[in-house]
Amino acid sequence: MAHFDPNARPFSHKWLNERLAIDTLEKVLAKEYWIPKNINFLWAMGMVLATTFGLLLISGIFLLMYYIPDTKQAFDSVNHTIMQEVGYGWLWRHIHGVAASIVFLIIYIHMFTGIYYGSYKRGRELIWLSGMLLFVTFSAEAFAGYVLPWGQMSYWAGMVITNLFEGFSSDFLGGHLHFPGLVEWIRGNYVPSQAFLGRFFMLHVVLLPLVIIGLIVLHFGALRIPHVNNQDGEEIDFEAEAEKWKAGLRKESKVIPFKPVFLSKDVFVLGIYLTFFFYLVFYHFEFAMDPVNFDPANPLKTPPHIYPEWYFLWSYEVLRAFPKNPGLIAFGFAQVIFFLLPFLDRSPNVAPANRRGLFKIWFWVLLIDMVGLTILGKLPPVGIYTPFGKAFAYIFIALWLILPFITKAEKPIGGK
Amino acid sequence: MSDRRDFMGKVLGAWAGLGALGALYAAKRTWDPLPSVKAAGKTVVDVSGAKENELHTELWRGKPVFVMKVSPNDPAHKDKRLVQIGNDKFFVAIGLCTHLGCIPTYFPEKHKFICPCHGGQFNSAGEVLKSPPPKPLVIPPFKVEGTKLVLGEEGEQYKKLKAAGVVA
Repeated sequence: MAHFDPNARPFSHKWLNERLAIDTLEKVLAKEYWIPKNINFLWAMGMVLATTFGLLLISGIFLLMYYIPDTKQAFDSVNHTIMQEVGYGWLWRHIHGVAASIVFLIIYIHMFTGIYYGSYKRGRELIWLSGMLLFVTFSAEAFAGYVLPWGQMSYWAGMVITNLFEGFSSDFLGGHLHFPGLVEWIRGNYVPSQAFLGRFFMLHVVLLPLVIIGLIVLHFGALRIPHVNNQDGEEIDFEAEAEKWKAGLRKESKVIPFKPVFLSKDVFVLGIYLTFFFYLVFYHFEFAMDPVNFDPANPLKTPPHIYPEWYFLWSYEVLRAFPKNPGLIAFGFAQVIFFLLPFLDRSPNVAPANRRGLFKIWFWVLLIDMVGLTILGKLPPVGIYTPFGKAFAYIFIALWLILPFITKAEKPIGGK
Repeated sequence: MSDRRDFMGKVLGAWAGLGALGALYAAKRTWDPLPSVKAAGKTVVDVSGAKENELHTELWRGKPVFVMKVSPNDPAHKDKRLVQIGNDKFFVAIGLCTHLGCIPTYFPEKHKFICPCHGGQFNSAGEVLKSPPPKPLVIPPFKVEGTKLVLGEEGEQYKKLKAAGVVA
């Protein structure tokens, strides 16, 4: 039988503790959640991402007050009502647009940090997989959101991306992988129209954010038992090290508590990040606002050059480097291959890439290749760009095909 | 007792499963195109005033449809995909690139279409001149009535083209 002190003042610490166990909660979630000391600023990217998601959520709520999901009114509700009439409407829109772009930059930094330090192995596979699910859901969320202002780029991006669901062309494998009906089903019409706008509005403001929040909880949960990795990939006995800390041996202990020690470091990085973020919001928001999307959607006029936002360019370049069917296969490959990383890396070493022989080269080639694909994806598919795009796409695929072999041949580090 | 509980558990599970299936079906149907969309009428185009090598874009079921009187000095003039209306050959096709659905632009002096998205090219009968488009521009169901072209109904010429396997 729980004990409730009849003399406890309502909402006092004791009163709350008896009813919500707030001390236990804080202990389990923060004060006795242990983080290694041997980390650097890249370990703060998780908190940076969570904060950026919070900014998206808050700015999104205000945009939602005036946005109208109607093909005739959507464009003006954004570009006239929100931007010119609503007090500080421009602030929410610019925060939302800049955060939607920057969140992918941080996601890529977060991902490549994980790849560099081997933070997807030895008990951390589910952290990687839930993180990849978050990446995919964020991508869907970004795409759905991009449709909403119903400008030219919104409309034509909607057209091009939903057409991908048609699958392979009708003469490929007897047409069994050709689904023209699926495209119409997704759109609710033959072309993007009211039904399309309505359902992508629903996805963007309700369903996908709910999925993202659920996945964030899973991502944090997956982190709890294996703990975060450290700069040397060292296997730390967290319980023993935590005991040292609690016994006052703070210098000897290899770990620090999340609250308040790690949090103070996190907040410092966050401070630098937010300074940069709001600099962009106030002075350089235009990079996140494509000028083509300031023309209202016109189903009868394709803009001369359609390209996705920068964060999709690398996979877009893999798609368009090939003719339709092989392009679709390569694109599908690019979408799923990162999920398989924990299983394609056959080396037992959890260590930074610079100590892992060939993997070091693999890592940097992958990074440079993806930057190259991103640049080429923005350029029109003419002249010298076409063969370059093809070469970079082949390198991307080849890197993943050789990964199991080079990691299998990798010498174990340490050799206890 | 335990058997009975297991059985009740299974019955409950099956019943809830049925409900879930029903809900899934309802969700699928909610996403279907509405009947009013499906029943979108046919589009009638009068081509009597058409000029040679001048592209017209009509709207049919929300999609652009190219209609053009093909001039006899166009290299594609003999193509079997063209439609005979009176004494003239017409090019009729859905104006969406078969790669990813962008609208190709017509260059009359070159007698060809170039897609702005990924550089695909078509001749003025809709045949592919340059990939990535995997197949010719799609010919929509049509019927010829005098000098009128009815989009959305399958006429004799369309059926012939379909039988020859050149519509899509």
